[in-house]
Amino acid sequence: MIIEAKGLVKRYGDTLAVDNIDLEVRRGSIVGVLGPNGAGKTTTLRMLTTLARPDAGSARVAGFDVVHEAASIRRIIGVTGQDATLDELLSGRQNLVMTGELSRMGRTRSRKRAQELLELLELEEAADRPVKGYSGGMRRRLDLAASIVSKPPILFLDEPTTGLDPTGRQKIWNIIRDLVESGATVLLTTQYLDEADALADEIVVINHGRVIAQGSPLQLKAATGSQLLEVSLPEPHPAAASVLAGIGAGKVVVSDAGKHLRVHSSNGHGLAVAALRALDEAGIPVDDIAVHQPSLDDAFAALTGKASAATNNEEVQ
Amino acid sequence: MEFAERELVLADQSGLVARTLAWLSDVWVMARRNLIHLRREPMQLSDVTIQPVLFTLLFVYVFGSAMVVAGGGSYKEFAIGGLLVMNLTTSAMGAAVGLNSDVSTGVINRFRTLPMSQGAILVGRSISDLLAAVFCGLVVLGTGLAVGWRPSASALSTLAGFGVVILFSYALSWGMSCLGLFADSPEGAQGIGFLVVFPLAFVSNVFVPTQGMPSWVAAIANWNPVSAVTSACRTLFGNPNPSAAVHAWPMQHPVAAAIIWSLVILAVCVPLASHSYRRRTSG
Repeated sequence: MIIEAKGLVKRYGDTLAVDNIDLEVRRGSIVGVLGPNGAGKTTTLRMLTTLARPDAGSARVAGFDVVHEAASIRRIIGVTGQDATLDELLSGRQNLVMTGELSRMGRTRSRKRAQELLELLELEEAADRPVKGYSGGMRRRLDLAASIVSKPPILFLDEPTTGLDPTGRQKIWNIIRDLVESGATVLLTTQYLDEADALADEIVVINHGRVIAQGSPLQLKAATGSQLLEVSLPEPHPAAASVLAGIGAGKVVVSDAGKHLRVHSSNGHGLAVAALRALDEAGIPVDDIAVHQPSLDDAFAALTGKASAATNNEEVQ
Repeated sequence: MEFAERELVLADQSGLVARTLAWLSDVWVMARRNLIHLRREPMQLSDVTIQPVLFTLLFVYVFGSAMVVAGGGSYKEFAIGGLLVMNLTTSAMGAAVGLNSDVSTGVINRFRTLPMSQGAILVGRSISDLLAAVFCGLVVLGTGLAVGWRPSASALSTLAGFGVVILFSYALSWGMSCLGLFADSPEGAQGIGFLVVFPLAFVSNVFVPTQGMPSWVAAIANWNPVSAVTSACRTLFGNPNPSAAVHAWPMQHPVAAAIIWSLVILAVCVPLASHSYRRRTSG
C-alpha cells in the first residue's frame, strides 16, 4: 500500500474531527474519500499531507512516517487545498514557476514546466494576470497545475471540483484520469457521489470522523442505492404504471394527469433500457426517460439508517 | 526496497554545500515573491516611495520653519537623520502584515507541502524587507539632498551611518515578524504594529531633542533604541546632534548603543519568530 493510515485521531478543542480512521491506497489507484461538510475529510487529508499532526494513530506515505519523515514525504506529494493554495498577488505563471523553484527544479525547468501546464489547463490567456482576478474554475485548475509542477507520484486533492460548473468538472476529471494513466496515485475527497463514482476505483465514505462504508463504486451503490426512474408519456396510458411496477421496486408515483411516472429501483444496470423495452413491448409510446443516481443523502440514509447531517440541519431550519 | 519513491528521496540526500545552495535559493525565491507583492500592493509601495518623500518635505518645510536646533545647526541637517530612522521604523510594520497574511491564507499550505526549507519563509521575508528598507532609505536621502541636506562627514562615515540604520531596520523587521505571527489577522497585525511602532518612533529624539521633555519622558526617550540609532546616524553623517549633550549612556555612545540594541533585538526575535512560526503552522 502506498498510503496506509491506522487509527488516525484528530481533535480540535472539544471536537473530535477524525475518530479512528483507517485507510489504505494501492499504488496507481484513485481512492475517493466521500462525505458531507465537516465529516473529517479535510482533516484526514491534512494529516496525510504533513500539515496536521495526528493526536493518535499513525500513517505512512510511500513508506515514510507522516510525523517523523515529513520532509521526505513533501518531495513526492502534490497537494491541492479546498481554499485554493495560491498566491493571490502573483500571476498564474509566477505561482507555477515559484512552486517549481521551491520544489528545487531550477528556474529554467520551472519556467518550461509552467508554460506546459498553462497550456494543458487552458490558462494561457490569463497566465500573466494576478490570481486575485481569476474565476473559481480558473483557480481550481491553477491549483491543480501547481500541485503537479514537479510531477509528484502521489496526489492529494481536497474537493477538486466543488463549486465548478459541469464543463469545469469534466476538465478536471480528465486531467486526473490522465495523471493516473501516467502512473500517479490519487487520493481525493469529494461531497459528490457521482464524482467518486466517475473517478475512484475505491470509495471510502466517512461521516462524523469515522469510516462508515468502503468498497468499489459498484459495491457501494449496491449497498446504498435506490435509483429513481422517471418516465414521461405523450399521453396517459392505463398499463404504464403496472409495467413500471414490474421493473422498479416499490410504489409507482403517477402525476401530471397520468403522463409522468416515477419509481425507485435498487438495481444498478440497464434500468433505462429495461424500462424502455418493457414499455415498448406493451405498446406504450415514451416521450422521455431518465435515471437519477442515488444522491449522497440517499447513500447516507442507506448506510447509516438515518438521514445525513446535512438533511437534518435543513429540517431543523 | 518496497517503494521506488523512497529510493528516489534517499538518493537525493545531498551534501552540505548543495543543501546550503538550495536553502539560499529558497530564501531568494521567497524574497523575490515578497518584492512582487510590494510592487502590487499600493499601500505597501507607498510606504517606501511616496511616504518618505512627503514626510521629508513636510518636516523640512512645515515644522522646520518654526524649529531652532538646540546647540546650533540647521533644522534640515538635523531632520534628515531622524526622518531616515522614522521612515524605516514605520515601514517595518509591513513585515507584520505580510507575514500574517502568509500564515493565515491558503498559500501557507502550499509552502508547507513543498520540499522547501520552512525557515526560508521567515528569512526570505527579512531579506525582502532589507531590500525595501535600503530603497526607502535612499529615497529619504535623495529627497534630503534635493532640499539641500548635506552630510559633512567622510563618505565612509556617512555610509556607516546608513549601515547602522539599515541594521536596526533589519532587526526591527524580525521583531515585526514576531508580532505578525502573534496576531490573528492581517488587520490585527497592523493594529498591534501601530501600537508598537508609533511610541517607538515618536518618544525619541527623532524630531525634537529630548532635553526639553518632562524628565520621565526624556528618560524613556534617551533609552529608546530609535534615539540611539538616530544619534548614531547624525553623528556619523556629521550633522547636528543635540543628544550628544545628554548624559544617558546610549546618548554618549550612540553607535555602540545602536549596534547593541540591534543585535539584542535579533538575538531575541529570530528564535522567537522561528518558534512562533512552528507553533502557528503545526495544526
